[in-house]
Amino acid sequence: MERADIERILERAESFAEVGRRDIKKVPTLRGRTVVSLFYESSTRTSSSFELAAKRLSADVISVKSAGSAVDKGESLKDTIATLSAYGPEAIIIRHPMAGAAKLVTGWTDAAVINAGDGKHEHPSQALLDVFTLRQRIGDLEGKSIWIVGDVLHSRVARSCALAFAEMGASVTLAGPPTLMPRGIEHAMNVEVAHSLDHLEQADVVYALRMQNERMTDSFIPSLREYIANFQIDARRLGARQLLMHPGPVNRGVELSAEVIDGPASLMTAQVESGLVVRMAILFELLTSGERPRGDKSGTEQDDLPAPTPIGEPA
Amino acid sequence: MKPVSELDWRRGEAPGPVVLSRASVLDPRRGIDGVHDVVVRDGQIAELAPPGEAEVDGAEVVEAEGKHVFPAFFDPHVHLRTPGGEDAEDIETGSRAAAAGGYCGILAMANTKPPIDQAADITALRERAATDASVPVGFLATVTMGMQGAELTEMAELRDAGAAGFSDDGLPLRSARVMRRALQYQQLAGLQIALHEEDPELSGKGVMHEGPVSAMLGLEGIPSVSESTMIARDAALALYEEARIHVQHLSAKESVAVVEAAKAAGVAITCEATPHHLTLTDEEVRSLDAHFKMNPPLRAETDRQALIEGLRSGAIDCIATDHAPHPPQTKEVPFEQAAMGVTGLETAFAVIHTEVILPGVLDLGLAVEKMSSGAAAFDLDPPSLQPGSEANLVLFDPAAEWEAGADGWESRSENSCFSGRQLTGRVLMTLAGGHVAYRQRSFAMGVAE
Repeated sequence: MERADIERILERAESFAEVGRRDIKKVPTLRGRTVVSLFYESSTRTSSSFELAAKRLSADVISVKSAGSAVDKGESLKDTIATLSAYGPEAIIIRHPMAGAAKLVTGWTDAAVINAGDGKHEHPSQALLDVFTLRQRIGDLEGKSIWIVGDVLHSRVARSCALAFAEMGASVTLAGPPTLMPRGIEHAMNVEVAHSLDHLEQADVVYALRMQNERMTDSFIPSLREYIANFQIDARRLGARQLLMHPGPVNRGVELSAEVIDGPASLMTAQVESGLVVRMAILFELLTSGERPRGDKSGTEQDDLPAPTPIGEPA
Repeated sequence: MKPVSELDWRRGEAPGPVVLSRASVLDPRRGIDGVHDVVVRDGQIAELAPPGEAEVDGAEVVEAEGKHVFPAFFDPHVHLRTPGGEDAEDIETGSRAAAAGGYCGILAMANTKPPIDQAADITALRERAATDASVPVGFLATVTMGMQGAELTEMAELRDAGAAGFSDDGLPLRSARVMRRALQYQQLAGLQIALHEEDPELSGKGVMHEGPVSAMLGLEGIPSVSESTMIARDAALALYEEARIHVQHLSAKESVAVVEAAKAAGVAITCEATPHHLTLTDEEVRSLDAHFKMNPPLRAETDRQALIEGLRSGAIDCIATDHAPHPPQTKEVPFEQAAMGVTGLETAFAVIHTEVILPGVLDLGLAVEKMSSGAAAFDLDPPSLQPGSEANLVLFDPAAEWEAGADGWESRSENSCFSGRQLTGRVLMTLAGGHVAYRQRSFAMGVAE
């Protein structure tokens, strides 16, 4: 996805912000169209904001969670998609614990496929909403320094955000313990890698990642205490002019101290608000723009569709 | 050393004579390189006659001008999935795939369900091969009971039952102690021990090569050192016990360096590389297509280059396919969930020819030699075109253009990583023990041109 595509979606999102200020927060754009939301992983923000986005565009929404569905009974992804496709949806929004699941699904359905997170690979709509949030606050990202801090290894948000921020002209630094940094990432994308926060003052924006407690059991880090001592973003580390972001949900007192979460630098509430309008824009772009929103089963050109693709991946 | 045809296969009636007329005959191992009429009689290479001059009553004459005749290939690393995985492959389909790839002999791995760890299993498989196999097949037994890595199998009895060697392929021998015991016991049992070298502690739940591509995709990586450190361990043990080992499917440049050092130190070590590791890299995995998932994984371009250099230097002894059939439902899933392994018998030499011989990277003669030298590591005579030898040969059209998989596969499975690829050069005919084991269909119908 290139800069112009990102900008087009973000401009669309701005126009939807107005809808949210109306008494009746709904437009008829997708009336009579069906959107399937298929979540194989737990999610609060992404699933609720996609579903609300579809509803505000007047689409009919079917929401399928893996627990309690045929997936529980061992149905394959391919068969589940075939079943849901029989309802003739215009779009399938999928969250899956395995990398490449959304891409695979594009080969099995005529619906547009939206990647709502695939394994540790990508989370494109998160990256779009983060770019949207930042642009609203600081304008153009060209030349801005953005540090993404924490468990990069296990984070799809880190990958998608790094790609999107770099595509928008920012200089991106990934910082975290060496054990939680994917080997060779600095050769894979346009980023710098840091193993300490010694130079965090360079950052205009600090983007903290969720640190999962189970990482200690695999000896990725010696202790949470040591992680906090080296990588927690607190008022001491966060300068007055620096902005703070986090994809949620936060482990209070681990990757972020309480005072910065609730402090004036935090954009976290704005991120959630952006999530709704950006996801409305994604649905709108895919389902109403003239450029072949729906997939065709044989198409390998799916990569050109805005939403399901890795953001900022070179063409 | 014994001839390949002493392995088990469907021998059939005494074959009639065949003349391959005006063929470009190349057997680098015996220094044969010229245009001849190849006369096959009574199952043997009877004569390499001057072109157009062979006269044999009642012989089938095959016009082979502009075509190559090579010693047939030998694959020491094939999965026939029998017993327990016959939905993916069996002895009949797998040996047919081998014949179609130009192979006159293959060795089947023992990681079936259940694994081959009893003499009776070997006996039963050999009987089945005697009725079902298009080309000679040897069956390996496991090194440890149930491939559990703990107790050795009854290796002497398995040898007596006709096992072709030992391997827990699919899994490494995790315990250095068990590895050492197996090498000690080789002094009694005698046969080759083939090793899938991987440190499970380092591989973890990895699904692809660890490097920039895995970093980008968010997939857990299998580091190169997972392979090379285990080879180093086992080479040291083999030297200490004066045993011999065969390292399967080398994938990393570090591993090539370890094998080179081991050979220099006098370790009795042989090793193999696969056509996919010699021609593809982890860049293919960017597609997240599970057809590029195998173990060891496709690695970086520098690794691929090191494997090619290893073939040239002699560090790598042979090319083996690690033909690993899987049914479609195990590949039509997200990459991390997909089964590891790709088929390879039917495309092996055509891929090598297209990707590394024609571009001038690898010498034709060297490649031809490496396609059959795996036999020697398992005490079998590599096929020869010397008159008087058993007739194991392949007729290859170096100019034929074809699309891999377009005409379907002889294998029961279709999980080829080369499916859909345009290839140059095709096996037209395979003779195993003097019998015609395979004829390419359009060639057999006389429309090959």
